[in-house]
Amino acid sequence: MLNRLWAVRPTLLRNGALGLVFGVVAAIALQVIDPFNPFLVYQLSSVMYFAIAAAGLTVLTGLNGQLSLGHGALMGIGAYTTAVVLKSHTDLNPGWVMMASTLVTAVASIIVGAAAARLRGPYLAGATLGMAIGLPGVAVRFSNVFGGDAGTTVPSLTPPDALSTIAPEVWLAWVGLIPAVITFVLLTNLVRTRYGRDFRAVREDEVASALYGIRVARTQVLAFVLSGACAGLAGSLLAYTSNLAAPGSFPLTLSLLLLAAIVIGGLGTLPGAVWGALVIVFVPDWIGSLNDAVHLPSAVRDQLPLALFGAVFVVAMLAFPHGINGGLVRLWRLRSRRRRSSVSEEAVGSV
Amino acid sequence: MSYFFVLTLTGIAAGMIYAALALALVLIWRATRIVNFAQGAMAMATTYVALAVIQATGNYWFGFIAALAAGLIMGAIAERGIVRWVENGPPLNAVILTLGLLLILEAVVPMIWGAQIRSFPAPFSIASMEVGGTFIALSPFNVFTIAVVLLVMVALLVLFRFTGLGLSMRASAFAPEIARLLGVRVGRLLTFGWGIASVAGALAGLLVAPTLLLYPNNMDAILVYGFTAAVLGGLDSPIGALVGGLSMGLALSFIGGYLGPDLETAGALVILIAILMVRPHGLFMRTAERRV
Repeated sequence: MLNRLWAVRPTLLRNGALGLVFGVVAAIALQVIDPFNPFLVYQLSSVMYFAIAAAGLTVLTGLNGQLSLGHGALMGIGAYTTAVVLKSHTDLNPGWVMMASTLVTAVASIIVGAAAARLRGPYLAGATLGMAIGLPGVAVRFSNVFGGDAGTTVPSLTPPDALSTIAPEVWLAWVGLIPAVITFVLLTNLVRTRYGRDFRAVREDEVASALYGIRVARTQVLAFVLSGACAGLAGSLLAYTSNLAAPGSFPLTLSLLLLAAIVIGGLGTLPGAVWGALVIVFVPDWIGSLNDAVHLPSAVRDQLPLALFGAVFVVAMLAFPHGINGGLVRLWRLRSRRRRSSVSEEAVGSV
Repeated sequence: MSYFFVLTLTGIAAGMIYAALALALVLIWRATRIVNFAQGAMAMATTYVALAVIQATGNYWFGFIAALAAGLIMGAIAERGIVRWVENGPPLNAVILTLGLLLILEAVVPMIWGAQIRSFPAPFSIASMEVGGTFIALSPFNVFTIAVVLLVMVALLVLFRFTGLGLSMRASAFAPEIARLLGVRVGRLLTFGWGIASVAGALAGLLVAPTLLLYPNNMDAILVYGFTAAVLGGLDSPIGALVGGLSMGLALSFIGGYLGPDLETAGALVILIAILMVRPHGLFMRTAERRV
């Protein structure tokens, strides 16, 4: 039955339907989840923006093979766009604000992507690392626009009058859910189109792709811009969620957290981005609650999640390069293979 | 004294520190074709070791030596224990691995020593010197910085050019298979290479801490400067690292002095991208990298 669903064409229709189902399920879940636990709802909003940004990074790093350590800074561009737009147009619909943030970040990504398309491996990592560390300084320097070290506040979202029974936190999660579902539908679709194939072809072999007629540099810039647009959208949501766009919200660790999300989820799989986002939001909290039983010193407790994610990088690269989703896929294949009891000689790809 | 001259002198002193970190990156790149993004974090950790030893013994030089020794050990452990297993894998994996080390170090150090900003002692005064009645922008500590980095450069040059150990190290970096056939213990030399590279990194951490202060991610920006310096020098040449470091020091000093100190890191980013676009092989690269 699942196979028949998978055969529905065009793919946009199928993925749209799947996205709708997922969205409805998540929306119901949002209603069921205790709205009087604002912290949990706040965490869910964080999952939304982390998932969007991780999905974008998955397209860039997993599918196209370009490593970016600067996506935290790109989220910063999105967040600051939101803050600056809202400063002059306080009542603007969040949909327009998010679109503006996405667009501005996409334009910024064209510049970075054009440079990135000429860089490989460690050079690209170093350049994007410079972006992650350099951009917050720009926000501090031009403090009359961006509010300096303290940042710029973003007014919190309130539900429209017709829906005033909904708590503001829940409304925020609702507002976050919509762009998240749209992003995942579009990206899932993109992965299966000509562009997705071009991305993967360029990742596997640039020279062969060029011989085949794929414009390598253009494909890489396109991947970067798409990915940057996702980061911008995520940054806008982050600004709405935290009511603030400040240089301190976009440290190098944010970029590394996003990388951790896609490494945990498995490089190159979109469902993996959701897994990764869930892990990076809920694991720190889980460690905190675990601590109530163990009573570690606060310095240890605060830093434990980061140390854990660092260890995940190391362990994942040494032992488990396909992440949670890759592991699940492999288990699934193992099971179905055993059931059919015929060995199909398929290469277990990373996608 | 003109402002320009002041900026030039402080730029040279800062540039020597960037050169030391660039040197660490270059040595590791030459040996294993890996950029060690954890180099800054390792230097930060060894500087905390130095601070602990200084506070325990009351003597700066014990801390100095402890930091260098800790760098040697940490680099060797990182190579033998972790990096060895991805050395022949895809470059992306090695990068992610060193980033994992960075995260671990920046989380474990505040677990042990706390996350608050600490001051770090200097063995000599960091106030400007007075020469012939006028103050020049150079402090005795700056002079010490320049001297000790140059000393390390010369020592490494002697090691690589004039000793059998250096010859084996160059051989195992240049052609590991052939070196192995000729009886060179390639693996051990790679471990040792990471060790001495981390000593250079630890030196950078010690030299930057008195002015920059010490906190768990104080080396993040210095890592970007060092990387830019190393790329400027071609990522493959120790002399290039020195020249690149000095150029970065001067450029950032002028950017900070004339445009505002908050723009230094962004300036480094612009310089890095400009170099990579215009001259991706750096100024001192001997072999051509791939071109697409």
